[in-house]
Amino acid sequence: MKRKLLGVLLSTTMVAGVIAGCGGNNAAPATEAPAEEASTEDAAEAPAETTEEATEDAAESTEEATAEVAADEGKVLNIYAWNEEFKSRLTDHYKGYEEVDATHGKIGDVDVVWNITPSENNAYQNNLDETLLKQDSAAADEKIDLFLVEADYALKYVDTDYTMPMADLGITDADLADQYSYTQAIVTDSNGKLKGSSWQACSAGLIYNRDAAKEVLGTDDPDEVQAAVADWDKYVETAKAAEEKGYTMCSVNDTYRTYSNNVSGKWVQDGKLVIDDNLMNWINDSKELVDAKAENTYDLWGDDWAKGKTPDGKIFCYFGPAWFFNFCLDADQDGTIANNGGWGYCVGPQSYYWGGTWICAATGTDNASLVKDIILTMTTDKDVLKEIAQADADCVNSKTVLAELAADDSGNLALLGGQNPYKQLAEGAEKVDLSNLSAYDQGCNESFQNAAKNYFEGNATLDEALDMFKKAVVEKYPEVTAD
Amino acid sequence: MKKKSKVVSYNKWGYIFLIPFVVVYLVFQMIPLVSTIYNSFFENYRSGLTQVGPNFVGLQNYLTIITNGDLPTYTVNTLIMWVMGFVPQIILSLLLGAWFTDPSLRLKAQGFFKTVIYMPNLIMASAFSMLFFTLFANTGPINSLLLQLGVIKEAYQFMSHVWSVRSLVAFMNCVMWFGNTTILLMAGMMGIDPSLFEAAQVDGATATQIFYKITLPLLKPILIFVMITSLIGGLQMFDVPQILTNGTGDPMRSSMTLIMYLNKHLFSKNYGLGGALSVFMFIITGILSLIVFKFTASPEKK
Repeated sequence: MKRKLLGVLLSTTMVAGVIAGCGGNNAAPATEAPAEEASTEDAAEAPAETTEEATEDAAESTEEATAEVAADEGKVLNIYAWNEEFKSRLTDHYKGYEEVDATHGKIGDVDVVWNITPSENNAYQNNLDETLLKQDSAAADEKIDLFLVEADYALKYVDTDYTMPMADLGITDADLADQYSYTQAIVTDSNGKLKGSSWQACSAGLIYNRDAAKEVLGTDDPDEVQAAVADWDKYVETAKAAEEKGYTMCSVNDTYRTYSNNVSGKWVQDGKLVIDDNLMNWINDSKELVDAKAENTYDLWGDDWAKGKTPDGKIFCYFGPAWFFNFCLDADQDGTIANNGGWGYCVGPQSYYWGGTWICAATGTDNASLVKDIILTMTTDKDVLKEIAQADADCVNSKTVLAELAADDSGNLALLGGQNPYKQLAEGAEKVDLSNLSAYDQGCNESFQNAAKNYFEGNATLDEALDMFKKAVVEKYPEVTAD
Repeated sequence: MKKKSKVVSYNKWGYIFLIPFVVVYLVFQMIPLVSTIYNSFFENYRSGLTQVGPNFVGLQNYLTIITNGDLPTYTVNTLIMWVMGFVPQIILSLLLGAWFTDPSLRLKAQGFFKTVIYMPNLIMASAFSMLFFTLFANTGPINSLLLQLGVIKEAYQFMSHVWSVRSLVAFMNCVMWFGNTTILLMAGMMGIDPSLFEAAQVDGATATQIFYKITLPLLKPILIFVMITSLIGGLQMFDVPQILTNGTGDPMRSSMTLIMYLNKHLFSKNYGLGGALSVFMFIITGILSLIVFKFTASPEKK
């Protein structure tokens, strides 16, 4: 009999364990709700009691309640991001932010929780999507308060109700008047409401290796180098000259955005995929240069691609905006070109912009006034912006600050050999045109570059590569048709 | 305590002890299987943050997959890479298994070698393919080694040639799984009655004859098991090529496997098309397993 009992006991614990394991997730939120109910019940019952102690208690609890209303907010600020950039900006330049550990911080008595997911394979957006879709039902402290978006997919979020209009936060057009208009165009939804703000103006250009320029062109002066790459024909010539001296110009993927920013129409028109002429120019120019071994086909951010940051990499230039200086050239590592101040900056064949981070407020945030303050401080406060520009070599989103930086030596950058790039950056930012941006950009650009790589490397004919591109787009966006 | 009967029935214990398995099976296998089939009849995807569907579309998803002609291509890719990895793997495993179980060889430090050959299986596939990705990059160590030895004049782009990518995938799968297969085959070989080997030796059979005439035929049940599990595993090949080619299956999707293709549909959370594709894979796997089973099992009946 004992043995039988033991058997029953063992098997039930086993089954119970399995069931408990499955139910674990659901149980957690359920227990929180009754706790809140209980506290409101307590408050209601309190006045009914007559002893002094009880009334004192009640008074205390109402005091607490009003204090919370004044601060208006939840105690947890959830921020979604794909890298450490905004976190370090906030740590360095937002007064009152204290870092607790790698994913937590504090502003006053509000806990800041960072949810950082890398963007590789769409992981950041997948994570953000799932959380945003559950935003309505999430507990106040679990709701996203702030999230960051990139230009490539900004519209995907901006054009929905999940993002809060800046006006609703109490941020007015006057607050944002000093920003470049393109930075606002990206985050304006189809009803004309502005729904995000950025501290960066990411006009971009050509960042060249000064030693290589001296060797190939006989000069490293930004104006003269600019003359040698002023349009695509001259660029191709220079690239071939660089090849003869043993340099590779850059990767085809570096030049891609310069072409893709200057297209004449959107990727998807009337539900149909359209390949712009300028992108075909990219394919043709790049194929010519790849065949001449003047450009390579390395993927951005890969190890092969990154070799160009050192003199041994034998790379003539990179294409990039101001954040590229600070974030991608490894200036703090010994032996890199940036460490020796060996880069120069010029506008390049066509002006364009690349990337940039926009701060959006999520609808349903329980920290509205803090969110407002963070957005205003980080993206409009001129002192903070100037600080960011000088400390982090960032091209900030303020016409006044950029003009100040361009006017004197305060904008000189060591990694550019003391060159002051702000005049060119500011000019570029004025010229950026984003009328052809669409929510499909990221997926289409990625697939397009990938398909073209097969053509460049000789694994496919042009038609085969384009067919594969179309196939990939339809997989990503089932509602789009491609002939 | 009254004695009801002298015969104690143990039958119900069988059922009781089966409960954990059945529950786990229902929750993690049966329900997903049924819901996959159910989902495959709907148009159900997300464009940006906008949910489209679910709308019932009948067999539309199946038609789409049949008409766009991708399924055979990716099935063939998967099978090619599986065969390229499996053939060397099974040969290596048989050889190692035979050596390890042969008492006349008296191999020393068997435990050490068994551990070593099983090691690669303990590494995460993604870490393993990251490693290979770096090793075989254009400016990676393998290329610099070959350049310095003078074998090649300029860096060979391993990731840009159909057969080099496929071979790398096959090689990685082989290295990762041959230890596991060896252990399985060894278990099978040790289960063979030693008196048969002794009898063969007494009769003057050579080692080769013993292997082909005694070990192999008696190993058949285990071999079938290894073949079928490896086939199913091979059809589900995903992590190694996915990481190695950064999800693209390049060049020109020649190393894209079925599951990588399925994964492409998850960009838009396309449950309908994904479901239909999974059903196709279910059928393909079933058919191939049956074929393997038939081929290897039928000569047994005499």
